[in-house]
Order: sequence, then C-alpha cells, then structure tokens
Amino acid sequence: MTTADLINKILQVVIALAAFAAVVGLLLFLIDKAPKRGRDWIQLAAFLLPAVILLSIGLIYPAIRTSIDSFYNAKDQFVGFENYVWAFTQPAGLISLRNTLIWVVLVPTLSTGIGLAYAVFIDKSRGERIYKSLVFMPLAISFVGAGIIWRFVYEYRGAGNEQIGLLNQIVVWFGGEPVRWLQGEPWNNVFLIIVMIWIQTGFAMVVLSAAIKGVPAEQMEAAELDGTNPWQRFVNVTLPGIRGSLVVVVTTITIATLKVFDIVRTMTAGNYNTSVVANEMYTQAFRAGESGRGAALALILFLMVLPIVIYNIRVMRGQKEIR
Amino acid sequence: MSVAPVDLPIPGAKKGTDTFELAERGSKTKRVKRRLTSRTATVVSLFIAVIWTIPTFGLLVSSFRPEEQIKTTGWWTLFQNWGLTLENYREVLFSSSVSSPQLGSYFVNSLAITIPATIFPLVIASMAAYAFAWIPFRGSNALFVLIFALQIVPLQMALIPLLQIFSRGIVIGGATIIPGLPQGTYMQVWIAHTIFALPLAIFLLHNFISEIPREVIEAARVDGASHGQMFFRIVLPLALPAIASFGIFQFLWVWNDLLVALIFSGGTADVAPLTQRLAELTGSRGQEWQRLTAAAFVSLIVPLIVFFSLQRYFVRGLLAGSTKG
Repeated sequence: MTTADLINKILQVVIALAAFAAVVGLLLFLIDKAPKRGRDWIQLAAFLLPAVILLSIGLIYPAIRTSIDSFYNAKDQFVGFENYVWAFTQPAGLISLRNTLIWVVLVPTLSTGIGLAYAVFIDKSRGERIYKSLVFMPLAISFVGAGIIWRFVYEYRGAGNEQIGLLNQIVVWFGGEPVRWLQGEPWNNVFLIIVMIWIQTGFAMVVLSAAIKGVPAEQMEAAELDGTNPWQRFVNVTLPGIRGSLVVVVTTITIATLKVFDIVRTMTAGNYNTSVVANEMYTQAFRAGESGRGAALALILFLMVLPIVIYNIRVMRGQKEIR
Repeated sequence: MSVAPVDLPIPGAKKGTDTFELAERGSKTKRVKRRLTSRTATVVSLFIAVIWTIPTFGLLVSSFRPEEQIKTTGWWTLFQNWGLTLENYREVLFSSSVSSPQLGSYFVNSLAITIPATIFPLVIASMAAYAFAWIPFRGSNALFVLIFALQIVPLQMALIPLLQIFSRGIVIGGATIIPGLPQGTYMQVWIAHTIFALPLAIFLLHNFISEIPREVIEAARVDGASHGQMFFRIVLPLALPAIASFGIFQFLWVWNDLLVALIFSGGTADVAPLTQRLAELTGSRGQEWQRLTAAAFVSLIVPLIVFFSLQRYFVRGLLAGSTKG
C-alpha cells in the first residue's frame, strides 16, 4: 500500500461522511423552511423516504426478483420448477440440504445444552465474570477467524511426523494414527459444526445465565425446604422459569445456523461433501454462473427460515408484554 | 421475571435488566448461597472454559513463533523449542513483496468500510424511527410492520439483483434513472450494509424513541421547535444509549462480515476487507501457518478490544440484534 493509496482511501471515507452529513443536515434544515402548504408531507417524506427508498431498492425489489429468477435458467429461459427439481435431486443440491439438516439438528441442541449446563454450574461461583468472558469471547470473533483457529486445531501431519494440530497430537498421545479431520466423510461435517457450537454456546450461556438469575429465590428456597435434590430443583423450578428464554435461544441459533456460510467457505469451501445451502447458493450463483439455481436455493433458505423467524418474533413480543 | 431478548435500555425504566448487572445483583441478594453441586460443577465448568479458550490461545502463541517452528512443532512444545518473534506480524502487515498478504491495506479497508457502514444506517434508521414514533400519518402502522417484516428476508435473496442494480444502475423502459456505481470504491459495500441493517435498526430504535415521554416532545413543540430541531436537539441525545448499543453490534457485524464483502467489494486490495483476504489466504496458502496465525490475529484484535472494553453494551446490542442476517 502506497501513501497515495492510503490518502485516497481516507479521502473517500471523509468525503462520504461529509457528503452524508451535508445532505442530512441540509434536508432537515430545508424542511423547516418549506412552504406552509404541504409542509407536513414534506417533513414526513424527508424523515421517511431515505429508508423507504433504500429498502425498496435493496430488499423488496431484489427479494421479488430472486423469486422470479428461480424459475429461469442461466440463459434467461423460463424453466418452471426445474431449478427446484435440481436442488432436490442432484448430488450438489441434495448434499447441501442434507448437511444443512445435520447442522440445524446439532448446533442448536448442543450449544444450548452446553451453554445451559455451564450457566448453571458457574452461577454464583467465584470468578463468574471471568468464566463468562472466556466462553463468550468467540462470539466477538468473525466466522473467518474462527475457521482459521479451528483449522489449526485440526491440522494434519503424516504419521511419524511431529503433529502441529492439537487434536491429532491428542490422538497420537493416546496411541492412535493422525486423521485428516476435514476430509473424511461424513464426520468432517461434525468437525465444521463444532466450530459453530464453539461460537454459539457463549450466546446461549449469557442469555440463559441472565434468565436463571431471574428465577425467584423464594421458589428455590421453598423447593429446598421440601427436601428436593439439586437435580429435581433444576428440572422443576429452574427449567420452567427459563422456558421463554430457552425458546428464544434455540430459535435464534437455529436461524443463524440455517444461514451459515463463512465457516464452510473458509474451512473446506464446500469440498469433501461439506457444502450447506447458503454456501451452495453462493457457489452456484457467483462461481458457476447458475443464477437460477442460486435463486432457487436462496428461496429454499427463505422458506426454511420463515416459520422459525415468525415463531421467534412472536415469543419475543410475548415476553416484552409480560415485562 | 423473564429476560426479554430485545433489551435496549429504556430511559426512566428500572435499571438492572442488563445481564451483567443482574449477575451482580444476584450475588448481592440475601438468597441462600448454595450451588447446585459443588465440586463436579467446578471441575466441569473449568473443563469447558479451558476447551473453549485453548484454540484461540494456541493460535495466539503460534503467531509469535518463528516459521520453521510453527511448521514442525506444536505450540504446546514452546518451552522445549523456545523462540518468539514479531517477524510474522511484520511480514503480514508491512512486507510489500508480492507473495506476502499485505494486510495493512486490507486493515485500512476494514476500517474504511465499517465506520461509514455503521454511521449511515444509524442516522437513516433514527430518522425513520422518529417519523414512525412522532409524526402521525395514515398507514404509519402498516408501513412499520412491513419494514419490520423485512427482517425475515435472508441476505442471500437480495444479493444477485442488488449487484445487478449496482453495476447497471436503475433503468426503467430504456431510460437510466440512476447510473451504476463506480467500481473499485467502497460505495457498493457501504450501501449494501446500510440497506441490510435498516429493518432491524428501525425496529429497535423505534421501540426506544417511542418511549420518550410525550411531555418532553409536546413541550418542545409548544416552544415552536420544528421536526428537524426536535430530532437533533431532543430525540438524538435521548436515544444515544440505544444508538450506541446498536452501533456496537453493527460495527462488529460489518467488521466480521464475509458474504457482503465477497459480493460487493470486487476483491481487490482497493476495497476488500480483512475477512475476505483471510478467506483467500486460507484457500491459496492454507499451509503458511506463520502468516495465517498472525493474519488471523490482526483481524481479531479490533473486535476483541471492542468486546472486552464494551462488553456490557455489546451484550445488549447482541441480544437485540442476534436475529439479523
């Protein structure tokens, strides 16, 4: 990078910010000077139209367009449901659907389970904050960064060589043969999934920990006086008390998992039969030039996410009302 | 009390719904301090904490080890094979040789993308949220619900058509209404991120801005303040905590994003952010661990600083924004 490049980049940002500030400032200044007649509408438009225009161009129109495109092939010929048939019959489509299913079963259950156990175990213990930070930290890390971190853990060196990947070293310590973790089907999917679990557990833990602290102390004490053991208290008092938060955590992680892309892209790029729907969508639309197939996969993704998002929003709203 | 996931601070509301504040309050109450199980719980939680930390720790240690040692020995043998160096970082950041990652340039790009892509949507969303909350008009509710509902559209559905719009401009019936955007600038990435952030941002900020006491707004109106003045002098300052929370979330989201960058940046050192460069490096130089480890940490350092210094706000923003994407 030369100094000229750097100056050019800084200039771009400064000019953009200044132009943006000027436009917004001018807009809000001018509407105060607008003619009395119709001033209300001009003011409303000034506040609302920027967002409405951007959303129309950037989300509403594209979503409709993508839905239409999914019925056309790469040569712009109408092909009916052919792209969908492709997704549900050809290996590339089928494998990504199968893998997405595996992801969506394993990630929410395991990260919520581990996160909940951890939250319960560290509740009111000494150093709770530090415990929390450690497991929470991966959430701040990009999926790409996480991909590199875990590729390093999974790194393979031939038997007899010194291992540099921690997982293979542990296998060797126990007298086993080193393994190419990311290449052997179908387990390589699990090793990718572990990365997602590693990231999402912190989210589950923080939300559930807050929920656990919201369970009334009196209920706990009453249960204790009744002579219940800790496990019974957990099942009969804690779990019902945090049900709402549990639902939100599971659905939120499910949505994130359905859309997972970066991890697969960085770690295997979808090779060795590890592709998922979001990755296959990218591969088809932007690598293979099959925009119709990509659009169909995007729509399939939309249809998978749709019911969960609606359910999630309803639970969230319900909770807000309770509060 | 259940914990609402959409939990931006509300002025005047009782404090303490923040998770970490809750943690403190919980320990201060007089409740009987008996833990579920004592020893097993400690051992298990320690075990989990260690497993969760070791991968990152291993990468951090390795990024300071000389190339030939990274490639031949495990980082856990650091003490048998002693040697620490800053060479990897110097190489990935500043080396100008063609084969090196030249991350300096991409680091600047990440910043140059993230800062405007955080500010733009926040301002536009605040304005829209203000209109929905305090400018009554017919169809206000319906429009708000529509924008809220846009959250369910996955990014993937918008990518191809939006890219076409960016490159061709908006053409209606052969007439170019708006020309395409220039290549090789940040413009496409900024606008894409701004658009994708809007539904959630408008929704959350509206929740907050509509909670501002009616008397405050009315008083200003009686004093003759216009909408523009009220927005700048009253609403923005009062909504600052919510804006900050969402701002942090958006900052991290953009900084860590790969998909939007892949599609709208063009992939050159002129525009592409760190994440894209890293993804590229893992593909083309997947065995160059001396570079990958250091490069990964260059990209992690900013989010980690934000995370550790603003953890409480980060939690809020994250809980509020976790359904984005």
